[in-house]
Amino acid sequence: MTKPIVEYKDVHKSFGETEVLKGIDLDIFPAEKIAIIGPSGSGKTTIIRMLMTLEEPTAGDIIVDGRNLWKMKKHGKMVEADEKHLRSIRGDIGMVFQHFNLFPHMTILENCMTAPINVKGENKKEVEQRSIEMLERVGLGDKIHNFPSQLSGGQKQRVAMARALVMRPKIMLFDEVTSALDPELVGEVLEVIRDIAKNDDMAMVLVTHEMDFALDIADKVLFLDDGVIAEEGTASDVIEHSENPRVQEFLSRFRS
Amino acid sequence: MNYWSFERFFEAWPYILKGLHITVGVTISAFLFAAVFGLVWAILRRVENKQLNFIITWVMEFIRSTPPLVQLFFIYYAWPVIPVVGVTLSPFVSAVVGLGLHFSTYIGEIYRSGIESVGKGQWEAATALNFSTLDKWRKIILPQAFPPTIPMLGNYFIIMFKEVPLASTIGVTGILHMANSFGSTHFNLIEALTIVGIIFLALSYPAAVLIKKLEVKLNTRFDKNADIKPIE
Repeated sequence: MTKPIVEYKDVHKSFGETEVLKGIDLDIFPAEKIAIIGPSGSGKTTIIRMLMTLEEPTAGDIIVDGRNLWKMKKHGKMVEADEKHLRSIRGDIGMVFQHFNLFPHMTILENCMTAPINVKGENKKEVEQRSIEMLERVGLGDKIHNFPSQLSGGQKQRVAMARALVMRPKIMLFDEVTSALDPELVGEVLEVIRDIAKNDDMAMVLVTHEMDFALDIADKVLFLDDGVIAEEGTASDVIEHSENPRVQEFLSRFRS
Repeated sequence: MNYWSFERFFEAWPYILKGLHITVGVTISAFLFAAVFGLVWAILRRVENKQLNFIITWVMEFIRSTPPLVQLFFIYYAWPVIPVVGVTLSPFVSAVVGLGLHFSTYIGEIYRSGIESVGKGQWEAATALNFSTLDKWRKIILPQAFPPTIPMLGNYFIIMFKEVPLASTIGVTGILHMANSFGSTHFNLIEALTIVGIIFLALSYPAAVLIKKLEVKLNTRFDKNADIKPIE
């Protein structure tokens, strides 16, 4: 059996007095597509933000490719990870945000090129080639010299995906990537994610409210409720056949 | 007695203009000093250390709340007398250090507002792309934080220019000093001081207009190459 690329081991997270995550255990396998669903405020986003090193867990371990993400050995003792340690692991992980977070002072081509060049020290010509191909793949080949302010929300989000993909991560995280979009722009973004999910072999974790979409692409669906994984299984297990009343109540809001 | 003479007026011009390079020189040097030192304040204030933050905040407050003239006098007359650390500075250098230090506290605040205007999402995106701390600043944060501060920096440049005559009190031979000396040898200050006013107006006003233009240009800076308009 293959080994998981990411393991969450009894991970807790509190913000001040509020405990948002109350013990998360989760394995993510290479190439696996996972959808996390659940009511807002249940801690879905926090799960992936901790993997992206944007939030530090209060307790527990996150193991990435056999290495403890938030802790490191120093003089024979386990201590809090420093920036150098985080950087050495973080390169395998990419993330797409709800609010795109494109760099407004760069063209969309520069948005894609800056990290491979400045972070990985890759060859500029090669990165440019790859970035253009990636932007063509997300349907923006004719806009590479535009600035983000000249694009629609759906286009911006597609650039954000191209920017993350150019880094060739082993794990891609999607944080409610369609929530900030006008309804008519959601489809084009989901289409790109579907394309990535079907054709790329990286692991993907999606925090989403798009149930039909989760059903379509996810190998595994997690239902998060009140800081714990309340239900876990294949998409059809959780979304279509769950007997958990909390799941049914939650899903009923999406079916009219 | 004839209190205004055009003859004296025209005679005074070349004499006073001999001080112009000093006035402009102090302005530019002091501004550069303030621009660099302001960055030091801005960085020190971002260090997450309560004691240091407390000290820095009060040092800045102290420098800002004392009159620049007092600071100039202190640097020029009092500092050299202090044992061990005391150094005698020329009038020009004293003026640059004094005005530069005073205005660096304001410029530090401008930088801070510029840095804080860059949203949290930009930091997070840079982290997600695994930028080093230094590159986050160089490639992502400062290129966005700096341009919006340029108009404010420009305004402080003009304000500082108008404070430079203070330096004549410690013997910096700028245009006000020259006007005074012309006036005292001709027993009439009206023409000389009028000329000083005209020079300040002639330099400050175009500079202000230029800054205004720059501001408009900066506000539309990401829309250049706009061959395709936003599609919504």
